[in-house]
Amino acid sequence: MKAFAELLDRLVLTPSRNAKLKLLADYVAETPDPDRGYAIAAITRDLDIMSVKPAMIRALVAERVDEILFGYSYDFVGDLAETVSLIWPGPVEESGNVDPRLSAIVEALQQASRSDGPKLVENWLDALDPSGRYALLKLITGGMRIGVSSRLMKQALSDYGGKDVTEIEELWHGLTPPYLPLFQWLDGKAEKPENLAAAPFRPVMLATPTDAEDLARHDPADYLAEWKWDGIRVQVTAEKDQRRIYSRTGDDISAAFPDLLAAMDFAGALDGELLVGHGEGDAIVTGTFSDLQQRLNRKTVPAKLQAKYPVILRAYDLLQAGPDDLRSLVFEARRERLERFVESLPGDRFDLSPLVPFDTWEDVAEKRNNPPDPVIEGVMLKRRDSIYVPGRPKGPWFKWKRDPYLVDAVLMYAQRGHGKRSSFYSDYTFGVWTGPADDSVLVPVGKAYFGFTDEELKLIDKFVRDNTVERFGPVRSVRAEPDHGLVLEVAFEGLNRSTRHKSGVAMRFPRIARLRWDKPPHEADRLETLEAMLD
Amino acid sequence: MRFEDLLRPTEKGLYCPPGDFHIDPVRPVERALVTHGHADHARPGHAHVMATRETLDIMGIRYGEGFAGQTQAAAYGEVMSLNGVTVSWHPAGHVLGAAQIAVEKDGVRIVASGDYKRRRDPTCAAFEPVECDVFITEATFGLPVFRHPDDREEIARLLKSVEQFPQSAHLVGAYALGKAQRVIALLREAGYDRVIYIHGAMQKLCDYYISRGVDLGPLAPATIDRAARDQFAGAIVIGPPAAFVDRWARRFPDPVSCFASGWMRVRQRAKQRGVELPLILSDHCDWDELTETILELRPQEVWVTHGREEALVRWCELNQIRAKPLNIVGYEDETE
Repeated sequence: MKAFAELLDRLVLTPSRNAKLKLLADYVAETPDPDRGYAIAAITRDLDIMSVKPAMIRALVAERVDEILFGYSYDFVGDLAETVSLIWPGPVEESGNVDPRLSAIVEALQQASRSDGPKLVENWLDALDPSGRYALLKLITGGMRIGVSSRLMKQALSDYGGKDVTEIEELWHGLTPPYLPLFQWLDGKAEKPENLAAAPFRPVMLATPTDAEDLARHDPADYLAEWKWDGIRVQVTAEKDQRRIYSRTGDDISAAFPDLLAAMDFAGALDGELLVGHGEGDAIVTGTFSDLQQRLNRKTVPAKLQAKYPVILRAYDLLQAGPDDLRSLVFEARRERLERFVESLPGDRFDLSPLVPFDTWEDVAEKRNNPPDPVIEGVMLKRRDSIYVPGRPKGPWFKWKRDPYLVDAVLMYAQRGHGKRSSFYSDYTFGVWTGPADDSVLVPVGKAYFGFTDEELKLIDKFVRDNTVERFGPVRSVRAEPDHGLVLEVAFEGLNRSTRHKSGVAMRFPRIARLRWDKPPHEADRLETLEAMLD
Repeated sequence: MRFEDLLRPTEKGLYCPPGDFHIDPVRPVERALVTHGHADHARPGHAHVMATRETLDIMGIRYGEGFAGQTQAAAYGEVMSLNGVTVSWHPAGHVLGAAQIAVEKDGVRIVASGDYKRRRDPTCAAFEPVECDVFITEATFGLPVFRHPDDREEIARLLKSVEQFPQSAHLVGAYALGKAQRVIALLREAGYDRVIYIHGAMQKLCDYYISRGVDLGPLAPATIDRAARDQFAGAIVIGPPAAFVDRWARRFPDPVSCFASGWMRVRQRAKQRGVELPLILSDHCDWDELTETILELRPQEVWVTHGREEALVRWCELNQIRAKPLNIVGYEDETE
């Protein structure tokens, strides 16, 4: 348990992606089976074990520690699991129970009945040190939030075993903790495990960004164009009674979309865009990305929400049709199969991403800037002869996004960064003017922490240090007055209404496009300008 | 004699009326007895200062030679008389030169322990328990959640990380007096024999520790040699915590920020400061050391100077020991 606890402690505080990968890969290399498999499942929250209510833990600690002392401590620490892990007396050396293994804990919890819970937990708390107790409590209360996505985990396993990450993604859903066959393969002790799961994930093909200049080197006749829809990329798969909706990175997100799942009465695997859409006659009217957001990141979806924001699939590729794997066919051929396939599906849940006719790149450029639907964020260009390969090969598929929205905003607050940037003020909150013209105030509209060069970062940092008005821990408020302040040109992909922000708007994907040292703050944009951009 | 007639809290700090002296006064006084060299206990501007040789030297290094009108050195174990009050000096185990001061008159003895710890520290003399009627204790980590782990484990975690990330400089924030030298000495005990780089603010104090016979191994200033850009890759750099959020820190490649402090026990504290590798190393007692010391001494009363007084007072009540907080203003615990 010690190694696992130490890994969690480090992961939580490590901001760098590469450092996280290194910590994970080292852990996997140093830890025996089956502990390492359970550990990674715990981190990616794929471990199905009995959960324990905080009230039970409070009751246990009340038997050991004075209530008033516990109260003072809880007030100071602020987190129940952490307070209990630190205040629990022990470890009791004579318990003879030296550092229980993670696998022993997980397996005991898998077999335990609910009434066994308190006794088991109490024994482990006695045997573990404070870090171990913290890991245990997070594990059993389901509070394991440590910033490691399953995608990152797969990358770490790929680094560890020297295998391509797409191979691991493909296998992932056929495997269960503690993943023994997977590790056998990664360690070179066995062949690659066969993917036994029905409806497995097929690693997706991604497009590279492009622009007019880049496209000029290619022949437009080799390409087909489609709109780039502003939803989320998914793979929907139905085989042998098994139906799954996967995210782009192979996470199973089926549970969030029972309405679409119910309509997946086919055998095959479709690649497409998940959108909110209302069937009207034969067509589907597409909802906005803010509509779709109502449906994202949910564990359960109330029927009312499903009715108000029904999700649909706008299909653009067909990877598997019945028994046929189509990925080795060229795009044009797959597209033909796709068109026939979609015809047989219910029209209120599935439609086809239409092709956009064009002759020259200029045509494409013109259409890209005048899309027929507000939920379009650019165009996709796919080579007619491209076979479906995982990853992001350069050339066969391009995405050409619409130009971002731009707004001039005023820097209001700056926060110190993390890791490499911990000595820099690198996270910026910016605002625009609102209120009467002669008495305007700034209202924050967003936060950005990239888009600038290292040189620019140094300059902004200097500005922040020289113009600090107030400090709140790691945050500084900076001078932002009509005639003194720093104007930032902010680029963003879209704007949503927001009840959580004072300004009433929330930017999507904001970043710093340019520093406008030349511009006095009173010339920065007003909130009305942003409001006019709302759909 | 009532205990309060021998020693009592005042605005300027603890005062002994019959002896006419203050202990660790927070404002200038005629005669000050100083337990140790940390800035909140040892302030400049007193007419007479009595302290251990080491504490006087440290005050001289920090404030310059004219920090007091007159000074008088006291040795551990030395017993002296001040206006009929018997004063003796005993190791506190906190930092180099740190002393507990025992004050005695008419059969009543009060021990002002200053800041202290009970675990072994290669850079200073170990705490010696002194029997007393009143024990005056700090409570910097006076909550039962503060239980410092074994120092060796913390140092092992640092060394493991250095091995895992050989391209990075490990920047260890540590208070310049005591903590920095202890971290270095613990690294040496763990077998780390490479050059350790130190911030300029620590140079004089490290030199002083070395002159008092503390072995710190090879040290070098953490200044940039333009000829060798990667000199800090894989290195351990020790500096005052504030320096690592300052522009000074930018010279280091891929830094991993570490902080050696008892506060690092609480994850949120580490997170707030942007610390990636917290090292729970403290020069103060943890909860178990505080309570065990009180049980060992069994004084008639416990007075708590600073920190989380209410919890320690509560614990004393539960153990039928009279206790009260002194509410002395001016001692900080953030420097730990």
